[in-house]
Amino acid sequence: MAEPFLVIEQLSLKKSNLPILQGITLSFYPGKIHVLLGLNGSGKSSLAYTLMGCEGYKPASGRIVMDGKDITQASITERARLGISLAWQEPVRFEGLPIGKYIGLGAGEPNREKVVAALEAVSLPVKTYGYRSTDQTLSGGERKRVELAAVFAMHPRLAILDEPDSGIDALSIKDVGDLIRQMAQAGSAVLLITHRPELVAVADVASLMCLGSIVFTGNPEEASQYYQGRCQPHLDTLGAQPWVAVQLADQALLGQKGETR
Amino acid sequence: MNALPSNQHAAGRAPAWAGEMESMLDAYRQAGGDPDALQLPEVATLVVSGNQVLASHSIPGVHLEAEPLEQGVHARITVDPGTHVERPVHLCFGVIPAEGIQQIEAEYEIGEGAQVQFLAHCSFPNAVRVEHHMNATIHIGRNASLTYTEEHYHGQTGGIDVRPVSKVIIDEGGQFTSNFVLTRGRVGTLDMDYIVDVGKDAVAELVTKAFGSGDDAVKVRETIRLNGENARGLAKSRVAVKEQATSEVNTTTEGNAPGARGHMDCTEIVRDQATAANNPVVRVTNAKAQVTHEAAIGTVNRKEMETLMARGLDESDAVDLIIRAMIR
Repeated sequence: MAEPFLVIEQLSLKKSNLPILQGITLSFYPGKIHVLLGLNGSGKSSLAYTLMGCEGYKPASGRIVMDGKDITQASITERARLGISLAWQEPVRFEGLPIGKYIGLGAGEPNREKVVAALEAVSLPVKTYGYRSTDQTLSGGERKRVELAAVFAMHPRLAILDEPDSGIDALSIKDVGDLIRQMAQAGSAVLLITHRPELVAVADVASLMCLGSIVFTGNPEEASQYYQGRCQPHLDTLGAQPWVAVQLADQALLGQKGETR
Repeated sequence: MNALPSNQHAAGRAPAWAGEMESMLDAYRQAGGDPDALQLPEVATLVVSGNQVLASHSIPGVHLEAEPLEQGVHARITVDPGTHVERPVHLCFGVIPAEGIQQIEAEYEIGEGAQVQFLAHCSFPNAVRVEHHMNATIHIGRNASLTYTEEHYHGQTGGIDVRPVSKVIIDEGGQFTSNFVLTRGRVGTLDMDYIVDVGKDAVAELVTKAFGSGDDAVKVRETIRLNGENARGLAKSRVAVKEQATSEVNTTTEGNAPGARGHMDCTEIVRDQATAANNPVVRVTNAKAQVTHEAAIGTVNRKEMETLMARGLDESDAVDLIIRAMIR
């Protein structure tokens, strides 16, 4: 396998002094799809925001290294211009901003052909959607497709897709999978956060997160089995089911604060 | 002081006024208008510069009458009952010199069942000390529909005081949509006051967009009285202010009849040392009416900004795009 172009090293994140991410280490390779699995609250989206450089997600320790350069302190804009982009799980609406213009923002100039191709890739006819506003008149599923199209049009080096399947009808899951494959075939690395086994199947590698830590990285099928078995590796580590582990962690935190529930 | 007969079209203007007309057409273009549309015989037009009526062109079913006042123009615009006007009626008001006062007294009578759109462009490109007063009374007949879009261009000095006042009455089943846009150039002072009485099964929609900078002052007062059964009303305001500009949006909606439904929706974005306020008043006098309001005032939403930054825009470009899109 080629050298990774982007590496996360021992990344940790705290919020209100509570650990959210702990010792995360991951590598990304051109054209490879990396699935991130985990229960709700395990830290998947927090990792995505930290990788993108969002406000409030500055690592407490660790590094993000891209092409040998430390970009841990880089702004969102700087990261985007280096080729990192994020499709949000719940994308915001922009009143008055035409879909075509939004998709074209990161596509460079001239971008019309890229915008058309991106809309076609997510099955949104350009005649119907190109000039519509990215606002409340779109359904949740339509807005998700627009978000995917915007990242697709950028042709990023790393596309972070936070649950691109949520809110999308079952028949369209295959389209999402095809789109992700297209991105990888075009050379993008993809970090795919999902709960859908159908999408895990498109991945080259998978990691399983639990309580802010990566507890397994390897074969996607194996990771999926662990995930469906309620985070088996962590069970092995803690000798308990994860919800028991959560309770233990809660008790530990409450104990630190001298509180009782 | 000169007046034109009501069939004087922009295409056949008097040569003595050619210079003034050319200046107005330039100003019209700056305000977002298409001067070519003023030349089309099938388009009703009224062009007023200061207190001069430069062009007044009626078409079948649409009658434009205008006469000069000491500091402006009195205009009466009538749309015959049942007339469906295919092309929007074009109105152009402006003051070309740096100083001056323009008072427009306008009466609109939209006959029963008529459907018409107006595109009004108000341009004051060189304003240093200009006042523009618009007093309009609008009557929309039964089942008639009027869409009135008004775009302003005030130049870059901020030396203008604009005071549009409108009193609107919508009869049963009628519809009135107002789009007021002042987003190019400086605002100067805007003090608008609209009062709309909405009859049974009638609909009123007021949309106001403004972008203030420097020491501009934006003041909006809108009152929608939902007087008839099942009347509907929406007052939507989108204002952005930066530097030392101020914005004050005062909207009142009254639900006075069974089934009346009203909503007020105000978003104001504030940057730099600018300030903004929204004062919504909800008044319901009938137990079967409902009026709601929502308001968001403050900085640009962080997630919106980060989403655009994740596409490669820097922070200031992202903010600018969000504001421009909102007031577009």
